[in-house]
Amino acid sequence: MARTLFDKLWDAHLVRNLSSGEDGDGGTGLIAIDRILLHERTGGIALKALEESGRDVRDPSRVFVTMDHVVDTLPGRGDRTIMPTGTDFILATREAATRAGATLFDIGDPRQGIVHVISPENAIVLPGLTLVCPDSHTCTQGALGALAWGIGSSEAEHALATGTLRVNRPKQMRVTISGDLAEGVTAKDLALYVVARLGSGGGRAHVIEYAGSTIEALPIEARMTLCNMATELAAFTAVIAPDASTAAWLEGRTYAPRGEDWQAALAAWAQLSTDADAVFDREVAIDAADVAPMVSWGTAPQQSAPLAGRVPRLAEPAADAAPTTPEAHGRALVYMDLAEDTALLGLAIDAAFIGSCTNARLPDLRAAAGILAGRKVAAGVRAICVPGSTRVKAEAEAEGLDKVFLAAGFEWREAGCSMCFFSGGESFGEEERVISTTNRNFESRQGPRTRTHLASPATVAASAIAGRIADPRKLEAL
Amino acid sequence: MEPFLTLTSIAAPLIRDNVDTDAIIPSREMKSVSKRGLSAGLFAGWRYTDVDARVPNPEFVLNRPEYAGARILLGGANFGSGSSREHAVWALAEYGFRAVIAAGFSPIFRGNCIRNGVLPIVLDPRPFNEPGHQIEIDLPAQEIRAAGQTWPFDIDEEAKLMLTEGLDPIALTLLDGPMIDAHESADRQSRPWAWSVLSQGEPA
Ligand code: SF4
Repeated sequence: MARTLFDKLWDAHLVRNLSSGEDGDGGTGLIAIDRILLHERTGGIALKALEESGRDVRDPSRVFVTMDHVVDTLPGRGDRTIMPTGTDFILATREAATRAGATLFDIGDPRQGIVHVISPENAIVLPGLTLVCPDSHTCTQGALGALAWGIGSSEAEHALATGTLRVNRPKQMRVTISGDLAEGVTAKDLALYVVARLGSGGGRAHVIEYAGSTIEALPIEARMTLCNMATELAAFTAVIAPDASTAAWLEGRTYAPRGEDWQAALAAWAQLSTDADAVFDREVAIDAADVAPMVSWGTAPQQSAPLAGRVPRLAEPAADAAPTTPEAHGRALVYMDLAEDTALLGLAIDAAFIGSCTNARLPDLRAAAGILAGRKVAAGVRAICVPGSTRVKAEAEAEGLDKVFLAAGFEWREAGCSMCFFSGGESFGEEERVISTTNRNFESRQGPRTRTHLASPATVAASAIAGRIADPRKLEAL
Repeated sequence: MEPFLTLTSIAAPLIRDNVDTDAIIPSREMKSVSKRGLSAGLFAGWRYTDVDARVPNPEFVLNRPEYAGARILLGGANFGSGSSREHAVWALAEYGFRAVIAAGFSPIFRGNCIRNGVLPIVLDPRPFNEPGHQIEIDLPAQEIRAAGQTWPFDIDEEAKLMLTEGLDPIALTLLDGPMIDAHESADRQSRPWAWSVLSQGEPA
């Protein structure tokens, strides 16, 4: 029978069927887990709880731990954190990871960074693997052709103890994107477009396969940006078939197979695509030409609109926008202090943030630096760049990008999640309007009562220069 | 875990779409490396007018006397979206909630509920939004009874088993140890590249 990429990944990892399912319940499988990633914010709790229950980690060689969420990103950082109890998380995670014999990318390690940045760049994730992490943006890593998804802490305990998870088989949806993205349109714009069109629940309980000529042409980092936001669709995860670009990108990285194993891996990966006549529960087709640079205006990623557009009117939604409710629409307008029909370009901003597992890889920093070179951040705007990993930071510095950011007036930080979310430490401040390359614009996501607008690195850089939301394609106007 | 069979309680309505886990338990309330001590931070951003001083917001549903002691929460679409933090469920459970009836759930949140003895039911919550009404949830029969009416609901077999038996999923899976071992040794043969790399350690 014709199988999808997901079917192949599922079948290869199915230890046994636990329940067969009926009436739309896909059943439950016991699924073997190849890699487990942990970070100090939720992973430490999982390791500690496992210890307290008197159980061991089944195979520590499959477990990788990083410090990214509560660790400071200020230069000269150590175990002390601005988050009041952050040090407890760092120490507890370090101790538990060491006792368990897991591989730890600690503060100061050149491999440290945001979990979804360091796993691909070290080839911990590989096509054909299953990978889990107690973090909702684990879907990012599906871009490499792995079945990678976010779990809770108890499930992480389960995976650590047994090397498996009991998984409800998701439904399947293919999003086929065809054609060329217009000049100046990035993967982030595409990600925001997909969420605006399908809605915050638009992928619920589905695994999404992104396919089509647009996807094939996307560089690997851009694929990660797109897959990163699958969780904003409530999807189980996203996956992209590995191809020659995937293999070329992975070759030679720390945990990539070598020699004969590399050849065997290439042969295995060549099988990892959806068969021609495989059937999906749902199919969505998107024409890349319909995608423009986007920015979010509300408090859910779904509430995004073309940068050159206006805050939508509830009464006249865009033709391709997902349905919303008057309550959600009204609440977002109040929180964001915006009125319907306000132009998005020109909204004055207080801060600009470039970072996160969505957009803090080298090509993202290059795109921003290309706009910042020879320009200055507008007076009164606080601008921060936080590379996604220590390695991204080093590579950027080798190209002199740090100098460009600093000369423009950006802060240049150590790698981590930083102000992508509010841990109780640093914040942008109440009612401050922030343009950000992150993935969530929820109420108080970047600090109590902070107002977040999601956008691409280029749009964030252009807006930082202008002091208001600006179009990176119209630099002469800055 | 305490088995979930039936539950009779009033229901507290929080029928908004996309109530995310940051709203259920804000990051700043997750202060310690522990699953406990989270209930005071439940919905902190909405529940208090001054979070630091814990000054209750009288408007918020959990502070209204008519909903005191509710063990059922009513939610809108896409309940529990956002971050995977299991703290959201730990906080709800510690506060006393044992069931959430919502138009839809985020998949990670739903899984976290089941692992912590909280029953997630996908149904239109509005019929149950009647202050003072006792609502009876019967998980084995998969129905809700209230005001003389009955509503059936769906739940997958695995989740039902976990909840009704109060099972520890790890213990259950470990019973399959030999099958897991067999799967693993076959996999080491067929995909050596997936295993050999694990000993590669330091950067090349
Ligand atoms: S960068 Fe932001 S979204 Fe990504 S893992 Fe860190 S906190 Fe989560």
